[in-house]
Amino acid sequence: MLRIENLTAEIDGKEILKGINLEVPDGEVHAIMGPNGAGKSTLSYALSGREGYEITGGSVSLNGVDLLEMEPEERAAAGLFLAFQYPVELPGVGNANFLRTALNAIRRTRGEPEVDAMQFLKLARARMKDLSMPEDMLKRGVNVGFSGGEKKRNEVLQMALLQPKIAVLDETDSGLDIDALKIVADGVNAMRGPTFSALVITHYQRLLNHIVPDRVHVLADGRIVTSGGPELAHRLEAEGYAGILDEAA
Amino acid sequence: MNVDAPNSNAAAFLHRYAGLADRLPGARLDAVRALRERAAETLTAAGLPSRRVEAWRYTDLTPVLRAEFREALTAVDEAVELPAPRADRRAVFVDGRFRADLSSLDGLDASALAEVVGDVADRLNTVASASQPLVTLNTLLFEDGLVLDVPAGAEAGRLELLSVVSGDTAATVHPRHLIRLARGARLVLVETALSPEGARHLHNPVFEIEVAEDAVITHVRVQREAASAYHLAHLAVRVAEGGTYDGFVLNAGGRISRSETHLALLGPKATAHLNGAQLVADGQLADTTTALDHAAPNCASRQTVKTVLAGRSRGVFQGKILVRREAQKTDGYQMNQALLLSEEAEISSKPQLEIYADDVKCSHGATAGALDEDSLFYLRSRGIPADTARAMLVRAFLQEAVEIVGDEPAREALDEAVAAWWDRHGEAA
Repeated sequence: MLRIENLTAEIDGKEILKGINLEVPDGEVHAIMGPNGAGKSTLSYALSGREGYEITGGSVSLNGVDLLEMEPEERAAAGLFLAFQYPVELPGVGNANFLRTALNAIRRTRGEPEVDAMQFLKLARARMKDLSMPEDMLKRGVNVGFSGGEKKRNEVLQMALLQPKIAVLDETDSGLDIDALKIVADGVNAMRGPTFSALVITHYQRLLNHIVPDRVHVLADGRIVTSGGPELAHRLEAEGYAGILDEAA
Repeated sequence: MNVDAPNSNAAAFLHRYAGLADRLPGARLDAVRALRERAAETLTAAGLPSRRVEAWRYTDLTPVLRAEFREALTAVDEAVELPAPRADRRAVFVDGRFRADLSSLDGLDASALAEVVGDVADRLNTVASASQPLVTLNTLLFEDGLVLDVPAGAEAGRLELLSVVSGDTAATVHPRHLIRLARGARLVLVETALSPEGARHLHNPVFEIEVAEDAVITHVRVQREAASAYHLAHLAVRVAEGGTYDGFVLNAGGRISRSETHLALLGPKATAHLNGAQLVADGQLADTTTALDHAAPNCASRQTVKTVLAGRSRGVFQGKILVRREAQKTDGYQMNQALLLSEEAEISSKPQLEIYADDVKCSHGATAGALDEDSLFYLRSRGIPADTARAMLVRAFLQEAVEIVGDEPAREALDEAVAAWWDRHGEAA
């Protein structure tokens, strides 16, 4: 269970998150929707421990373990995964080397044996097939020359390999055509189960047709202003944020 | 010859020459003696360059001139620990002297310069210019070197050139290597220069390399000497029509290390690769200086030089490309990039393009910056510890230069040197 209590955070002295309260129980998928500037990306970076995002109050715990005191790599080892809105290109870092280094780093901290190059290839190829990724994407530099859709699929591939307890998907739908969107959604849905939960951050309802959430929360001006079932996403799509925000205010 | 030169900043070297002149190779050969005397005159009159000389503006030789070096005393047959070989054939120099007992040159037309200097005296200072300071110093004191001739059409394979410092770690050594590839010949020369930790020696090698028509040489230098040593190398190269010089220099050791390459493309469709990398940490300075002369049409040159700087360190890149009027259709590319891992590190970069032909394609660029925070966070968010993530990004930065080296064992030697450097200095970075 991911538990966020009264979380406040600022960037360059400007308060962006103004007291977030949220619980994502194991096995559930929650969506966070909100207009531009609501603090959606700040929330994802604050959860993953990015430098420059100063936590000024509140707490975040995953299965009772305090995440805020941890380095980003420790949070990943604890089971948190952030799918980036804009995955970074790393020329000179081979995708296979990157994925295996990450997998083994996490396996080490979990006390599991490391996988060798052959075992890794077998594992990666199987996951890549599910995601309709061409095999040469393993040989290329991380995200280098990847299309928008390929980058997002590479994010889902990492998630599938690292097997997190909770995945935060930051606008994973942005820049995706409908086919890529379906592949990415299928990748997330394949992970769903009693020990996996996800926080799907999105501006649009579109992605939620494919990853149907258990709960939908509306984030505006640094706070969760209203929450509901999947039908809330449809209302937002039909009525826009303005009406819902007025109602909540 | 009067070597009493109190006003020359090279007085110490001149004194050593005065003491050694009758014992150095070629002492009884007029031609060799005359070259050495001329070098002595030049050093007496002008000394070694100060920072007022444009080509030496960023690299101050004062510490070298003030250091107390000794003559390399060689105990022949002394046991020396050598790294595992990287090729079937190997030319080993210990304290500047060729060691036949440790070398294996099967099937190659190769000799020690000290033994054949009389036969090759007319090749000295023909590719290298006697007026270049590092060549002058080497001419004054060269004690040995590798003389290698690859005959026309021969596929010579890979030769390892190993230079180690073993006995006196404050000696100066000045090897002169003469390498000639005849028409269509091929050679891979992988050089490693090593010295024990704390060594304060000066290694001043000069290479004179002639690449005839359609010949191809891959020349990889892996300089991993002690961080307290001095390394001043000069490579002079001439490439004829259709020939290729494929060079890579790694400067990963030395308090002051300078690798200076002067290369001329003299016939049409000749190719030059002057790639390299420099790794410097606290208290070190590394300098890659190149002068590339496009003297014929339809030639291509490629240059990628990467510098990684940690601690309080300095890096220098000076890259001159001259495209002569007759060198139409020249295709030139130069890129130098620096990665500064510390706020106290400093890089001086001076690309210099002089183009007199009107139909050429020449591009160049230079960048300097710190490790990218977004990249670092991306790796860490995947569970990769910060120090591993930094090592991956430094390695990736160098990769673009190292991966150009086609010869796999040579690339492995470079990879190992990079990894060893990171193990030593990564934590401070």
